[in-house]
Amino acid sequence: MTAFRIPGVRRPGRLLAETAALLTAVVVAFPLYWMVLSALKPAGEIQSTEPRPWTLSPSLDSFRRVFEQQDFGRYFLNSLLVATAVVLASAVIAFLAATAVTRFRFRFRTTLLVMFLVAQMVPVEALTIPLFFLMRDAGLLNTLGSLVLPHLAFSLPFAIWMLRGFVRAVPEALEEQARIDGASHARFLWTILFPLVLPGLVATSVFSFISTWNDFLFAKSFLISDTSQSTLPMALLVFFKPDENDWGGIMAGSTVMTLPVLVFFVLVQRRLVSGLGGAVKD
Amino acid sequence: MTATATAPPTPPGAARPPARRPRSRTANSRTGTSAWTPWLYLLPALAVLGALLVYPVYQLGLISFLEYTQAQVSGGEPTSFRGLANYTALFADPQFRQVLLATVVFAAACVAGTLAVGCALAVLLTRVRALPRLALMLAALGAWATPAVTGSTVWVFLFDADFGPVNRLLGLGDYSWTYGRYSAFALVLLEVVWCSFPFVMVTVYAGIRAVPTEVLEAAALDGASPWRIWRTVTAPLLRPILAVVTIQSVIWDFKVFTQIYVMTNGGGIAGQNLVLNVYAYQQAFASSQYSLGAAIGVVMLLLLLAVTLVYLRLLRRQGEEL
Repeated sequence: MTAFRIPGVRRPGRLLAETAALLTAVVVAFPLYWMVLSALKPAGEIQSTEPRPWTLSPSLDSFRRVFEQQDFGRYFLNSLLVATAVVLASAVIAFLAATAVTRFRFRFRTTLLVMFLVAQMVPVEALTIPLFFLMRDAGLLNTLGSLVLPHLAFSLPFAIWMLRGFVRAVPEALEEQARIDGASHARFLWTILFPLVLPGLVATSVFSFISTWNDFLFAKSFLISDTSQSTLPMALLVFFKPDENDWGGIMAGSTVMTLPVLVFFVLVQRRLVSGLGGAVKD
Repeated sequence: MTATATAPPTPPGAARPPARRPRSRTANSRTGTSAWTPWLYLLPALAVLGALLVYPVYQLGLISFLEYTQAQVSGGEPTSFRGLANYTALFADPQFRQVLLATVVFAAACVAGTLAVGCALAVLLTRVRALPRLALMLAALGAWATPAVTGSTVWVFLFDADFGPVNRLLGLGDYSWTYGRYSAFALVLLEVVWCSFPFVMVTVYAGIRAVPTEVLEAAALDGASPWRIWRTVTAPLLRPILAVVTIQSVIWDFKVFTQIYVMTNGGGIAGQNLVLNVYAYQQAFASSQYSLGAAIGVVMLLLLLAVTLVYLRLLRRQGEEL
């Protein structure tokens, strides 16, 4: 990132700004620090009414408890499966649709675009009831499919909308060149356009990944009786107990659930920021 | 995104030959692509959206006009058409009216908080050198990446009456945040702002970075204060981006479900922290009142559409391309 300064700012002002930025960073990061710290605290220490911001004897007991007691590994895998399926399917489907609405002129094109826009505003949660009956009739209740399909539908409009800018940025001259070289349109689509749009796909994937990985409501509503199909959010709630919450377990489970998204985010961080910039710039 | 709905024919920065439209049309006949090709490309998307978005919306509306409870679901009784009875019942219910009001106020507070924090920090980011900027960016990225469920559990733990560090730090003793209605809402609000300001910050920051430096330099040379520069130069150029982040925030914050459900244990003591989402869920899946739940869903759908339409109109009146 290149330095950007508003001219005329005096040095003391900048020092103040930098102190504020660092303090904000500490405050913003603190909940995550506390989560990992609490997950590593031994059982006795986490129940202390005078919590310390460090631990003298870190232990993996909470993690062990989580994985042993609750079949956590399986839920983790289920979550990962659902999110990956949604990301891959929505990338391909959104790429095709974004190409259609940017590289072709046809009737109802604008109508479709407006519909994709409006579709983003539909509150997913309001559709839980009809989707429940739809999934029941399709025999998909208690299967991971009942999570994949709705999330695919809900991430598509945003993905299409965001990808448009990236598809449009690819010069038309490339398509012409490919045609002169004798490439079919399908070939052009997958061997030239698709790789060029990949940075945009990465940025959109972050959003579909997160919204799917976060899912709580659908998992709660559609995976009702078969716990082997449960996903991580459900598993976490087991540690909330009416008498006393197992905070060590909750924090360890939360850490395990947060880590993959964090890793994914750090990996695509640059692409994400430039992707957002690209999507909102034009 | 929203600002690009009907993009001007030649947006600055987009590499695209000026004679695009007519060329594309003739190209269709020469590249082996027919008039059906775009529809072929759109087919998977339309199939998915039709089956899992459009049809459920229709079903939602339908169920909201029916008598649909456990008896009808299990086939014990025939479904009957009730007209607007579900809606009249709903609006006659004082709890629903209270939940509706709480949802609107709570969502508005979340949107305002998210936008204020996000924009302030985006401006702050432009004023600092690389290292503090990286620190704040990374911290924000962490909050952004945190799933709603785990964010909720961590914040509840931070504010726990017995074992949380916040009460110790503030000297509040064993004050319970989730016990009172307003303190519970405030706690959820903090979590929502925490996990959603990064999107606003990063997007607005990217937008400010895209503002040409010469313009800002010229304004500064003319003796304009930083606040004045922001108000008269940066903010107008950022309006499309602000529109995008505002709409996204409205959409997200009206639909907060996980945070409320996890942090207040299903809607708070005696339902004091219910929002429409959680209320609809409770009605449908806990009480088997599917038609009432569906009616709440319809109310939410209409509310969200209305907010968005009003906002879009407002923007268009300001001369935005939408």
